[in-house]
Amino acid sequence: MMLAGSEPFTIESFYRHIGEGRLTAARCLRCDSTLLPPRPLCPRCLSADMEWIQLGGRGRVETFTVIHVAPEEFRDQVPYTVAIVKLEEGARITGQVKGVPPEEVEIGMEVEIKFEPPRAGAWPRWARYHFEPVEQSPEVS
Amino acid sequence: MKGRPLAAIVSAGMSRFGELEGKYSRELFSEAAREAFEGCPNLDPKRDIRGVFVGQMAGESFERQGHWGPVLADWAGLLPAPAIRLETACASSASAMRSAIFSLMSGMYDVVMAGGVEKMTHRATEEVAGFLGLGADHPFETFQGLTFPGLYALMANAHMHRYGTTEEQMAMVAVKNHRYGALNPKAHFQREITLEKALSSRAVAWPLKLYDCCPISDGAACLVLTRPELAGHYTDTPAYIVGSGHASDSIALQEREELTSLKAARLAAGEAYGMAGAEPGDIDVAEVHDCFTIAELIAYEDLGFCGRGEGGSMVEEGGTEIDGEVPVNVSGGLKSKGHPVGATGAAQAYEIFHQLRGEAGGSQVADAEVGLTHNVGGSGATAVINIYRRG
Repeated sequence: MMLAGSEPFTIESFYRHIGEGRLTAARCLRCDSTLLPPRPLCPRCLSADMEWIQLGGRGRVETFTVIHVAPEEFRDQVPYTVAIVKLEEGARITGQVKGVPPEEVEIGMEVEIKFEPPRAGAWPRWARYHFEPVEQSPEVS
Repeated sequence: MKGRPLAAIVSAGMSRFGELEGKYSRELFSEAAREAFEGCPNLDPKRDIRGVFVGQMAGESFERQGHWGPVLADWAGLLPAPAIRLETACASSASAMRSAIFSLMSGMYDVVMAGGVEKMTHRATEEVAGFLGLGADHPFETFQGLTFPGLYALMANAHMHRYGTTEEQMAMVAVKNHRYGALNPKAHFQREITLEKALSSRAVAWPLKLYDCCPISDGAACLVLTRPELAGHYTDTPAYIVGSGHASDSIALQEREELTSLKAARLAAGEAYGMAGAEPGDIDVAEVHDCFTIAELIAYEDLGFCGRGEGGSMVEEGGTEIDGEVPVNVSGGLKSKGHPVGATGAAQAYEIFHQLRGEAGGSQVADAEVGLTHNVGGSGATAVINIYRRG
């Protein structure tokens, strides 16, 4: 099995990690930028020295929409919510929000990543992810 | 304004916009070219036009046709002029205009054609959504189920949350642009709508509803451009391009600095204003890229017509009506005139050309001397802004 450190910094690698239940990004070793998606060349300082980092997968909804008119591939899911989530580590990621009715999604809502297997069909047969609201702990501290 | 002209527009043509059954890109482009030729009796197109620059977004998908440069030059009757096609999603024909300007400024050519075209309405709506989605990020946007209305809805929701912009204010953009589109004989929709109708239309991508979205249209537009010092050979009333700006940004919203403004548009505007020696207050008439109503409000802010977050109140107070501080989209805009994506940038210039010549009919802005076009590709990874002055 390939060590994470020697994997190419590509979107293919990112989605392979999603298939393994991990949310990852690249960190530029020169300017410390977090790159999500990972890239082979840092767009800020042009360095090619990267390392993989694993992200916790929690964040807050920065904005969202509810899709009612969808492309063919997603038509069976309407209406569905898509959000841009600001992760605790600072990077943003786009994904669907599931496990909550669209009308209950709010900007600022705390969410966490969940992983899904790839769907059948044409390229790309990448694994998928979505977000769900963070379960509120029932205990009162 | 002290800007030195970069190029002169001496003629312009545009097909009708709308559902033009049985006509494909090449025939639509012929129609636009014919109007441009007929509008300039001193031009001998076959002798004078030495280069053709065309914008087209997704003809490979829509019409199973590529290699558009020579196809469109041929259907305009301009062979063997060298012809290239440029693609920056919905800003393709503004990009074609810029390449045309560069070819004139380099001294390579004296007279060139720039234009654009798209044929869209013959395909099913789901197919069109997929083809337009090519202008968005695949791995993190369309792969996640986002659509173009969805991308602008993400910006709309962020704008509403940050500034208190309302769905009513967005609907007011649609009402305004339909009111002017009703006066434009080439517009896709030539009818007024009410605020109630806009607000009660079905959701497409909340908070955007059907009437927040521009239609799927067919159409073509083109311009004949020359070096400023040669304009007098062709017309007494050219429109000079005195400023031109273009900037790029990350294709995915998630990698942008912010979600309530298009940085590329702000940078392109700064470049164009600087070149023209102009300020936002100098603009007498503007055509902006209202692919969705929220896009027009953000355009007001990015162009400096109002402060950040004030786009909603600007439309509500009538600041962009034909008698307002800056009349915006009095052609009907993309919203009502239509948005054949590859043609839109050239169609915006067509409108400004006629405004500055006093030929804009029912939507003529009184004594328009300085005009601006704002053409956006995708969700803002491309922005092209041109400033024009009456000759």
